[in-house]
Amino acid sequence: MALVQLKATMSKLTQDDILKLARLARLQLTDDEVDEYASELSEILQYVEQLSAVDVTGLKPTNQVTGLTNVTRADEIKSYGYDPKELRKNLPAVENDQIKVKRMIG
Amino acid sequence: MASQWLGVNELAANVQTGKTKAVELVEQALATIAEKAEYNAIIVTTEDRARERANAIDASVAKGETVGRLAGVPFIAKDNFLVFGAETTAASNILKGFTAPYQSSVIEKLEAEGAICVAKANLDAFAHGASTENSDVFTTKNPHDTTRVPGGSSGGSAAAVVLDMAPFALGTDTGGSIRQPASFSGCVGYKPTYGLVSRSGVVAMASSTDVIGPLTRTVEDAAYIMNIIADRDELDSTTIERDPAGYALGANNTSLKGQKIGIIKEYMGEGLSPAVKAIIENSVAKLKSAGAEIVEVSLPSLPMALAVYYIICPAEVSSNLGRYDGQRYGHTNPDAKDLDESYMGARGTGFGKEAKRRIMIGTYVLSSGYYDAYYKQAQTVRTKLIQEFEEAFKDVDFLLGPVAPTTAFKIGENANDPLQMYLSDVMTVAANLVGTPAISLPAGKSGELPVGLQLMAPQRADRALLTLAKQTEELLV
Repeated sequence: MALVQLKATMSKLTQDDILKLARLARLQLTDDEVDEYASELSEILQYVEQLSAVDVTGLKPTNQVTGLTNVTRADEIKSYGYDPKELRKNLPAVENDQIKVKRMIG
Repeated sequence: MASQWLGVNELAANVQTGKTKAVELVEQALATIAEKAEYNAIIVTTEDRARERANAIDASVAKGETVGRLAGVPFIAKDNFLVFGAETTAASNILKGFTAPYQSSVIEKLEAEGAICVAKANLDAFAHGASTENSDVFTTKNPHDTTRVPGGSSGGSAAAVVLDMAPFALGTDTGGSIRQPASFSGCVGYKPTYGLVSRSGVVAMASSTDVIGPLTRTVEDAAYIMNIIADRDELDSTTIERDPAGYALGANNTSLKGQKIGIIKEYMGEGLSPAVKAIIENSVAKLKSAGAEIVEVSLPSLPMALAVYYIICPAEVSSNLGRYDGQRYGHTNPDAKDLDESYMGARGTGFGKEAKRRIMIGTYVLSSGYYDAYYKQAQTVRTKLIQEFEEAFKDVDFLLGPVAPTTAFKIGENANDPLQMYLSDVMTVAANLVGTPAISLPAGKSGELPVGLQLMAPQRADRALLTLAKQTEELLV
């Protein structure tokens, strides 16, 4: 089998699909971007869909490769010495030393 | 071309004895960075802090105090490492203006031994790419041909080492991002076993495959750096125990005789450029005549590895990039009328094309109704791949192949074809999915362009792999 296989199969994303995905991921897109992503994402999904042909009977999914389980630490408060003032320097909007966000409920 | 730098251990020894001043090394690095600015390898220097640290180290030496194992040695960090002294943006617009309140664990470890970060290197934004063309800052040029890419995503780090800007650089490798630029630019690139180096304080891409490693001129330097940065870290719960014997290579290396190395059959076939193939075959011939036993090994699921990777990686990317919402740092959308619009706008305009592409693929493969068909199937094929590697390593000590199917491509050649760009990772992603260590070594040149040889070992056999790589390097030089 060739290392790289390109084949057209089923997935074809429409402009509406892209808008729905962008909405789920909180990404505002321009009209041009919507068109471009519809064709590019379809092509990428067609490529990865070759996996559906692989027989995985009896195999379990791998979520991590270290074999580590239940990595815990003592439940203690630790100070890393960060100055809250320094941490706040990166905030786009601050009021009364707190993160200020836009209105949440209409 | 001869380097202006000695090995990192010799540089540190000279600083320790006062023969060389740390300040001189830092100035030498900064001067080279300035002189070769047109390659766009460096986003920003950390010169003020570097000079302060160098002066402090020289003062300690003058007082007769003990300084570290990397005393005064300058290095360059890929811009996805949190460091003091400059912004950390991961070459993205959305993190513009972000000043790290703390440093990466690995930077802390290097600094504790006296190493001095002098600059931040360019990358594909958030490490998404194989050429640095996805950087929101600029594209790095290949040191051997400025019309070509240096590889990526650690393209700035690889180019910086080859341009002699510092004795070593740090990179991250999620699907090949240390090894592929090392191959394209012509330096050593080491991807350790998954979990061996703490990722605390490094901008996360795909957490189940991200690793940190050095880019260096020699295997000995890579091993020396690994010996310092490999360790458990309570700030990264995925870290594993280091080898009690350490990773630094002594003078008494064992012979290649009796070492069994498997050539990966799937990597040597269709799609491999004849020039790269010839150089790999020549390397194999040299290993054979030095006494290594070479056999052909087949890993039948390898042709599926890239598809597995381009499901798992975007899935994890879509999750890891969820935190960039314009509320706590970075690019924001001040004119939004409510929170939702603020998120949509900050993310829509702050992320570059490739980040958005991966976030949407990830969102798709993780969404209800598609999860089993894409994500779960990919994670299960990953198991199959792991089993095939385990099987192969029962028979051979190491695996060998090319790093990438081609030499460095032209700037712009793949920029408008994301799938074609992904194919540049086809020979590197398997090591990330399986968690094995892998290294790219300069093996020769096709015209002016370097070609890397990839060697892999079983998980946690980093010391053995570095030892083999050093022996191989001696044959190839």
